[in-house]
Amino acid sequence: MAETHYDLVIIGGGPAGLTAGLYAARSRLNVVLMEKIVPGGQVLVTDWIENYPGFSGISGPDLIDKMVEQTKQFNLPIESNEVLSMDLSGAIKTIKLYDRQITAKAVIIATGASPRTPGIGEDRYVGRGLSYCATCDGPFFKEKVVVTVGGGDTAVQESIYLTRFAKKVYLVHRRNALRAAKILQERAFENPKIEMVWDSVISGIDGEAGVEGVRVKNVKTGDERQIPCEGCFIWIGILPNIGFAGAALQLDEQGFIVTDEHMRTSIPGVFAAGDIRNTPLRQISTAVGDGAVAAMAAEHYIENLKS
Amino acid sequence: MAQGITEIDDMGFETEVLKSDKPVLIDFWAPWCGPCRAIAPILEEIAKEYGDKIKIVKCNVDENPVSPGKYGVRAIPTLIVFNKGDISDQIVGMVAKAKLVESIKKVIG
Repeated sequence: MAETHYDLVIIGGGPAGLTAGLYAARSRLNVVLMEKIVPGGQVLVTDWIENYPGFSGISGPDLIDKMVEQTKQFNLPIESNEVLSMDLSGAIKTIKLYDRQITAKAVIIATGASPRTPGIGEDRYVGRGLSYCATCDGPFFKEKVVVTVGGGDTAVQESIYLTRFAKKVYLVHRRNALRAAKILQERAFENPKIEMVWDSVISGIDGEAGVEGVRVKNVKTGDERQIPCEGCFIWIGILPNIGFAGAALQLDEQGFIVTDEHMRTSIPGVFAAGDIRNTPLRQISTAVGDGAVAAMAAEHYIENLKS
Repeated sequence: MAQGITEIDDMGFETEVLKSDKPVLIDFWAPWCGPCRAIAPILEEIAKEYGDKIKIVKCNVDENPVSPGKYGVRAIPTLIVFNKGDISDQIVGMVAKAKLVESIKKVIG
């Protein structure tokens, strides 16, 4: 029978949650990490990582395998379960899971973020040419034309990745300059398969059974045109996976959890780490830092409860 | 190969999936797909727990383009539940075990 009371419950198994779990397990806290699907989060859909120190280059799934392996060394329990609701207000936090209810003295929320969707009636094309994951779906577009949307690191890096398969990548961006790291911009501009579509937004997707074309609108001239293509990949930012926790916690304007430098939220005993919080940078390297700080802060909080 | 999960190819699709006596859960996957690799343990658990009532099969889309093409699969993992040759449910992307179990329960009664 699974336990029902813990010192610390960590929700979310991306880099922030796994790092918090690593530190908590080494502190010998009675801890559990709850992961809805499988550990990894957004890293699982990241093709190649070359800005995580210690690895000159590593695939997302390989990095996650190593992180999970490392937590096993210290016996961190990782449970596949979904949090349905939480009552965080009291000294003892109650968490309703898919199959049981548990309590905890402290909670670290590390549920991350998900791709923002454009809201142009795109849902029916998901898995039928529309994708948010180049490493999952890129190889379906060998020698095909694809349209990508966005201007940040993810959009540019994944567009470059797609040129391994696609014969042509149109990168649509709403401004006339990219936000992505300069080194990624240089690679994109040098890549003969990538054509920039500046000052433009995606205004619709056309096709019967699947994507046959993407409509783009120039925000300066108002002109709309269709780019015939078979694939469309969208990376226009992220939204916090806040669902079950939102109502009780102080959030910023975009819906991310407000924390102080100790990862403390507006509720005592509740901490947030990684992409879910109002951080100026969302990287694996910042998420693991958050996770470590949150675990130590949670440990101090639990110790103070005793005294 | 894990216990209870059969790898099938385009040649065997009709016999193994469409003409199967039991309902079938098919996982379209490929070796380069991180999320496919990540959900593999979930499918293994399901095979252990429900393998007597539903057949679990995997189809490598790199080696077998015909079957995924027929069902418009352009993203993986795509999981399809077949019952008597008809699609009962189709799930694109990573999925929690609980949700997959709900899909299966619709056809295993």
